[in-house]
Amino acid sequence: MSNQPAFNKADALASVEKLHSRGFAANLWSWRYILLRRISQFGILLLFFGTAHWSWQAAKDVPLLIGNLSASKFIGLIPLTDPFAALQIFLTGHVLQRESLIGAAIVLGIYLLIGGRMFCAWACPVNVVTDAAGWLRERIGVQPIFHLPRTLRYFILLATLVITVISGLAAFEWVSPIGMAHREIIFGLGMGFTALLAIFLFDLLILKHGWCGHLCPLGAFYSLIGKTALLRVRFDTHTCTHCGECAKVCPEPQVLNLKKLDERGLVFSGECSNCGRCSPICPEGSLKFDFKPLIRSHNTQARVRADAIAVQRRTR
Amino acid sequence: MTQIDSKRRDFLVKMAQGAALAGTGGLLWDYILRNEARAAPYALRPPGALAEDDFNAACIKCGQCVVDCPPKILHLEPAGGALPIGTPFFDARTGPCIMCPDIPCMKACPTGALSPELKKIEDARMGLAVIDIENCLSYKGLRCEICHRECPLKGKAITLETHPRQTSRHALFIPLVHSDACTGCGICEKVCPTEIAAIRILPHKLVQGKIGDHYRLGWTFDTQITEDFKQAPQAAPSSTPEPGGKPGGLDYLNEGGL
Repeated sequence: MSNQPAFNKADALASVEKLHSRGFAANLWSWRYILLRRISQFGILLLFFGTAHWSWQAAKDVPLLIGNLSASKFIGLIPLTDPFAALQIFLTGHVLQRESLIGAAIVLGIYLLIGGRMFCAWACPVNVVTDAAGWLRERIGVQPIFHLPRTLRYFILLATLVITVISGLAAFEWVSPIGMAHREIIFGLGMGFTALLAIFLFDLLILKHGWCGHLCPLGAFYSLIGKTALLRVRFDTHTCTHCGECAKVCPEPQVLNLKKLDERGLVFSGECSNCGRCSPICPEGSLKFDFKPLIRSHNTQARVRADAIAVQRRTR
Repeated sequence: MTQIDSKRRDFLVKMAQGAALAGTGGLLWDYILRNEARAAPYALRPPGALAEDDFNAACIKCGQCVVDCPPKILHLEPAGGALPIGTPFFDARTGPCIMCPDIPCMKACPTGALSPELKKIEDARMGLAVIDIENCLSYKGLRCEICHRECPLKGKAITLETHPRQTSRHALFIPLVHSDACTGCGICEKVCPTEIAAIRILPHKLVQGKIGDHYRLGWTFDTQITEDFKQAPQAAPSSTPEPGGKPGGLDYLNEGGL
């Protein structure tokens, strides 16, 4: 579609050099999204914990945020329900009450419209564990033992739904390490932490990005939801030198297929969790968070204009 | 031709492998689920809880009932516990249900696992109080009756049955539980003074029998037969009272007649 400059090795190496010669402050600044994500993840936990244990209130007799990630109520008014859990309970044959349906619709709406798979990177407590495992794995240089297709999670998602129908129990909710961890942090300790430990070791020593990238059906669910989301990483093909640093830090590197990104102008795959690792690491600033315009034709026009401006600049 | 055949065979084998993998994994997963959900039937659920299987299906394990419980008696079962994972329960001996009239735990439930059809807390059936008559102090002739006194539905859920003193036998004041009124709140179990409670709450499924529909308890309902034997409505006394004030009619035993 656009006249993409040919790959130039010297440019790419220069980009890598630029990244490695970053100053301390710039390096620190590049951690901003990770920091924000941790604040978000632990903040959500803290809100739940504070309401459960210290009776945090938004106003008198209005609890701030009760429940957990499966279902909760914000300021005693807005129900929030994990749409995947609600779907499973629906499939057991139980007729859900209106409150949980509204809650599921709200959460589904937020992720469909804005966030995509943001739950995984910004809310899920297991992500903290898998991120730590991934970081440590990189540090020690663990060699891969085997590979699994990343599409496996969609089959596990399907299996979850089938087994839910057969057993009459919400199949993933009963074994979910996410639910276990979250419940036990808020409502009292149990063996759920061994599940977290197992995930940590699995990701660290057995399979890179094993849980979040290959197995978790909730991630798969949100990946399917995330296809239409508006908050995206925009890709600027004219400044990109194809140095490949973004794919190195991305937990779902298949979403950074630059050739396809060039066609669409943004990271379009639902598997992108908007974790914001690629954006600050890019030495050329070619990847940036942006909102995808709601109407596609509008989007195309904007891109044509941007292309024209870029061509003008280069020819000047 | 042979190449196509081998390709087709490869494809079929791959399909079979995939199906086998899915089948094995699925069966294992299903087994784990059923084991986890049906292992221990001893859970005491918050008021309004659906029947155990339905409750396990419907509960989203969010813990909103736990947070909204005023006396904070509800807990979510952690992983590795004896009860189904993540579901709310209470332990009557350490923390019984205080039977809030507005039932806040039920109102907090977003899925209806604690059914909003429960309108009055007195209609809750969390369990049934069962007395171990070998260890109950009242059965030993001691005037204990604490369970009876503390029962929120005293006189309906627990009544006292008196057995008068006999030769070499103490008079007994025995607590009796009535399943048509007992909510299973567990206050009796909490207050029972024996070392291990002699009255305790158990799920109905574990203690209640069923007589069966083939027993016809003729005296409890009207049939043609009972109708036949029913006393006719008393007619007005036909004979006039004799002098001396004695009522006429049926006093033939003393009359030597017949």
